[in-house]
Amino acid sequence: MVKRTVEYSISRAPEMGVAGEPAHSPLFPVDLAEPELGAEHMLINIGPQHPATHGVLRLVCELDGETVIKVTPHIGYLHSSFEKLGEYRTWNQVVTLTDRMDYLAPLIYNCAYVMSVEKLMGIEVTEQCKVFRVILMEMERIFSHLLWLGTTAIDLGAFTPFLYAFQEREKIYTLHEKYTGARITTSATRVGGMMADIPDGWIDELKEFLLVFPRTLDEIDALLTTNAIHLGRTQDVGVINAEDAVNCGFTGPNLRASGIPYDLRKDNPYYDYETYDFEVPIGEHGDCYDRYLVRMEEMRQSVGILHQAIERLPGGPMDVPDRHVTLPSKTDCMSDMESMIHHFKLIMEGVKAPPGDCYFAVEGSKGELGMYVASAGGSKPVRWRIRPPSFVNLSVLPKLAEGHLVSDLIMINASLDIVLGEIDR
Amino acid sequence: MDDSPTPLAGSALDTVEEGPRTDHGIPVRLAATILGHPTVDGLRARFGASIQHHEISAGNQHIVYVEAERNREILRWLKQDPDQHYDLLVDVTAVDFGGGHPLQVVYQLWSVPHRRALRVKCELPLTALAIDSVEPLWRTANWLEREVYDLFGIEFKGHPNLRRIMMPENYAEGHPLRKDFPLRGRFTRAEQTQRALSQDPVDQYIPTELATEREPQVPGNPPLGESEAAEPSPGSGG
Repeated sequence: MVKRTVEYSISRAPEMGVAGEPAHSPLFPVDLAEPELGAEHMLINIGPQHPATHGVLRLVCELDGETVIKVTPHIGYLHSSFEKLGEYRTWNQVVTLTDRMDYLAPLIYNCAYVMSVEKLMGIEVTEQCKVFRVILMEMERIFSHLLWLGTTAIDLGAFTPFLYAFQEREKIYTLHEKYTGARITTSATRVGGMMADIPDGWIDELKEFLLVFPRTLDEIDALLTTNAIHLGRTQDVGVINAEDAVNCGFTGPNLRASGIPYDLRKDNPYYDYETYDFEVPIGEHGDCYDRYLVRMEEMRQSVGILHQAIERLPGGPMDVPDRHVTLPSKTDCMSDMESMIHHFKLIMEGVKAPPGDCYFAVEGSKGELGMYVASAGGSKPVRWRIRPPSFVNLSVLPKLAEGHLVSDLIMINASLDIVLGEIDR
Repeated sequence: MDDSPTPLAGSALDTVEEGPRTDHGIPVRLAATILGHPTVDGLRARFGASIQHHEISAGNQHIVYVEAERNREILRWLKQDPDQHYDLLVDVTAVDFGGGHPLQVVYQLWSVPHRRALRVKCELPLTALAIDSVEPLWRTANWLEREVYDLFGIEFKGHPNLRRIMMPENYAEGHPLRKDFPLRGRFTRAEQTQRALSQDPVDQYIPTELATEREPQVPGNPPLGESEAAEPSPGSGG
């Protein structure tokens, strides 16, 4: 199949307004004087049930004509107080709450939570578990970015990338299902290990995905990266400079699009990320287009990391051989008194954590995903707090969208890559 | 540590589902003597007795307890001093250990150029839950502090828009993440449903938004600033 690519002569020097802001010139300039319209500002309510808000998000916009004067996000429609629920559950039971937050990248949340608890308890997981978690987390990064890519394209009216992206996502769903039995609510991790060993053939299927996926990504790339409509809708829209981006708490691809090379996998590495060979893509303009480019490149880098990690899988046990943490095998429980006692204690009381607190952050698909756990000793957390990347990213939306058109507001909101399940928690 | 059992005001359900064990008391504080932290020495030299305590948790995480009255001053120095340069406020949250212990406000800081992390904690007694807002230093704090205000009832002085963020504006049951808040809320399910149904749609908008609709502006008026100038809602003191 011959791949068609069309180059458009759209440059990065758009018409500038008096104050240096990009002027929105109409496609066909007309010389007619604009009719005098009423000077009233309109109050428009978008959401909470609206496909373009990517979840149960409500935006109240004050508009002057079609220009956004002010936008106030209202959140909390999905609030179910996971943090409170976590305080009533044992350390391992909390895992099921984590994947319900970000249902677009559930395994990263599973992993981040147990990694924090393991750090608090001082548990060093096995090499097999480390590499496997890296595989899962990088797979989820692709999984989440693909959804972002598809839905953002659909917000701009491009339907085909959506179908391509979801076709690939379906393969990752299948991988989820093969390993955990669930497609979205994976709950795959346990303190000190994983729920199960890697099933037979799972890695082969992942390899197959990694063969096909880059080609699909190239096709989407060809459809969007030089597409005139896409360029016109994303370049110089929702610009934020590096200093403001840090001050506003941006992390992840959004921050890197503004030119700050902050990636926890490089800056505060965990699970031997410093030994993997990968690049952190950086944007320079901090607009929607750079956020798009950064995520596209991140997916390619994740493919590279996945290839390296698959090579590294050492085999061997998945769980730590600590009887206070890991459940003994069923056979042992049935035949060995000691094992049965440990099984009983672990099931009835749960894993025990020492007093103290721990903040552990991983580079999630949407930004810095931190898990803060505080323990007073015992088998339940006193406080479990998620540092929510989407929540902080969304709080910048009013600043980004000010002065843009309503249609750009939709694009900016899409480019932030939010998931409301995690924002509301 | 002598702890009185947590006064759980609630139904019988709370006794069935045993909540967090608060009778352990707060963690024993091990003074950090072995591993130093460059920032902590600087803090001690500059702020002296306002730096109350320094401890290490989870192996290598440094925690500094500072005087709550001087939190903004200390955090401003941490952000602006070139040797410290904690430019990224990662998280603001609070911890309630229950049992009448003071609430902890936790600031999680990260320095992008120096690649250093620091956790700063301020302790607030339950009788005086107010602390200076750090929103003037980091815009991140805007929503994060609103969340802490909403779920813990800590007032952030000087915050431009201290409203509830997760719970509805007219939520009357208090602050859910406090230990004295029962897991299933203060009212029965029927009462909660009735409240939800009797809500006025106007309550779904904040005062500044409604003012916009009623008083059309003429062109040339300065647009409303990005910080919504709503006065802090009275909230509920509980």
